[in-house]
Amino acid sequence: MVESSVLCSEVLPGGATWSHVLKRGTALRIIDLEGGANVAAYFLNFELPAERFNLPDTLKAQHTARLTKGHVLYSDMGRILCSITDDSVGWHDPLAGLSNAALVEKKYGKLTYQQARNDWHQNARDGMTIELGKYGMGPRDLHATVNFFSKVAVDEAGDMHFASGNSPAGSYVELRAEMNTLMILNTCPHPLDPEPKYAPKPVELSISRVPPPRTDDPCRTQCRENARGFLLTEFYFL
Amino acid sequence: MPNPISLSITESAASLQITQQAEPVFRAIVEAGDYFARVIEKGQRVRIVDLEGNQAVDTLFYNAHDTADRYSAQDTIREQQNIYLTTGTKLLSTNGNALLTIVDDTCGRHDTLGGACAQESNQVRYAIEKKPMHACRQSFMMGAFQWAESTGIEFSKHDITANINFFMNVPVTPDGGLAFEDGVSEAGKYVELRAEIDVLMLISNCPQLNNPCNAYNPTPAEIVVWSK
Repeated sequence: MVESSVLCSEVLPGGATWSHVLKRGTALRIIDLEGGANVAAYFLNFELPAERFNLPDTLKAQHTARLTKGHVLYSDMGRILCSITDDSVGWHDPLAGLSNAALVEKKYGKLTYQQARNDWHQNARDGMTIELGKYGMGPRDLHATVNFFSKVAVDEAGDMHFASGNSPAGSYVELRAEMNTLMILNTCPHPLDPEPKYAPKPVELSISRVPPPRTDDPCRTQCRENARGFLLTEFYFL
Repeated sequence: MPNPISLSITESAASLQITQQAEPVFRAIVEAGDYFARVIEKGQRVRIVDLEGNQAVDTLFYNAHDTADRYSAQDTIREQQNIYLTTGTKLLSTNGNALLTIVDDTCGRHDTLGGACAQESNQVRYAIEKKPMHACRQSFMMGAFQWAESTGIEFSKHDITANINFFMNVPVTPDGGLAFEDGVSEAGKYVELRAEIDVLMLISNCPQLNNPCNAYNPTPAEIVVWSK
């Protein structure tokens, strides 16, 4: 765990969208309060939003199809948006993407705002697209995303299997910003979660000030690729 | 009065002959390191041939009438609950439309997790000084800019998203590892797709010289299109 001092914290309910420009030198800790949460996430360079999270580059640079402590999230420019500096879960899903309106209706039935007020059935794609709109962007700016706290394993044949119970209550993941990162989060259920009832879970979000990554930072030393990724990110700030 | 049995045989032989003799409406070679863009009309079939073996043909698809509605790797693999693309795979768009269906595949497995190479990701993956080397994103962007110029539609970097790597083998292990392995393709293997709506196909025939997956030797691919 990175030494830190909490600057602020809040609870984000299930089925909601959140955004924040996480400043370089701070970290966001996400805590799964009840267990079984799913947090879809997307990242952009706030100063130059054409630079954004690139999932294939993130996976192939680190030879991984899951995300955990020691991994970093790459932009399409060879730079690091955020590092995963702490994680009690061990497997976050980078494969299955976002729920959408058709998927949510097919799985849980339609429940409108008129029927249920703010307990209506929402979906991650619409939530993220609207949030991008608040920063002057739109659907074309939404590329591949990750799902924190959820696990989808792939067998030898390539079949994808959602693993229930991946994240018990109190699980956490911590993201350290390596540049000023526009972070968009959504707490709708994972699109492959077999739970038949629409029951999105809340998470706690807390932001801390953290020291810059040292030469022996575990994310930097994870692989030679990450050492170069940090170098290119530091070069951006020269 | 014709014999019904012989009539039936004649018809089936005739239809077989038509299939074999069907003339393509379009045929082109895409050289290694080049880009290619063309609209594949609804009902047309497009075949991509790996002419010399283990070549990565990086490909993006768009709804030809609304490029914001584009191929989505995550939606495609999630809905079929399998990460590999092969015969029967429906390539889904961000809006949930089936863009194309893979109708034939002599290779057996295609990747959609590894994405395209870029000058910047080559710096991360191989060495900082690799920056000037040609890369797929250069081709995708030039293809996008030229398409925008010739059609008048807005088409730029934010439309370049996670692509398909035809003929590439990028297995995921049960413990969540990912590897670029030697290709499962060889000279003459092909994949054939049927367009379900009018689609724009944008190809970068990968120029990567740093990865052993193509034996450090990028090679040409052939595109063949048949009408409905």
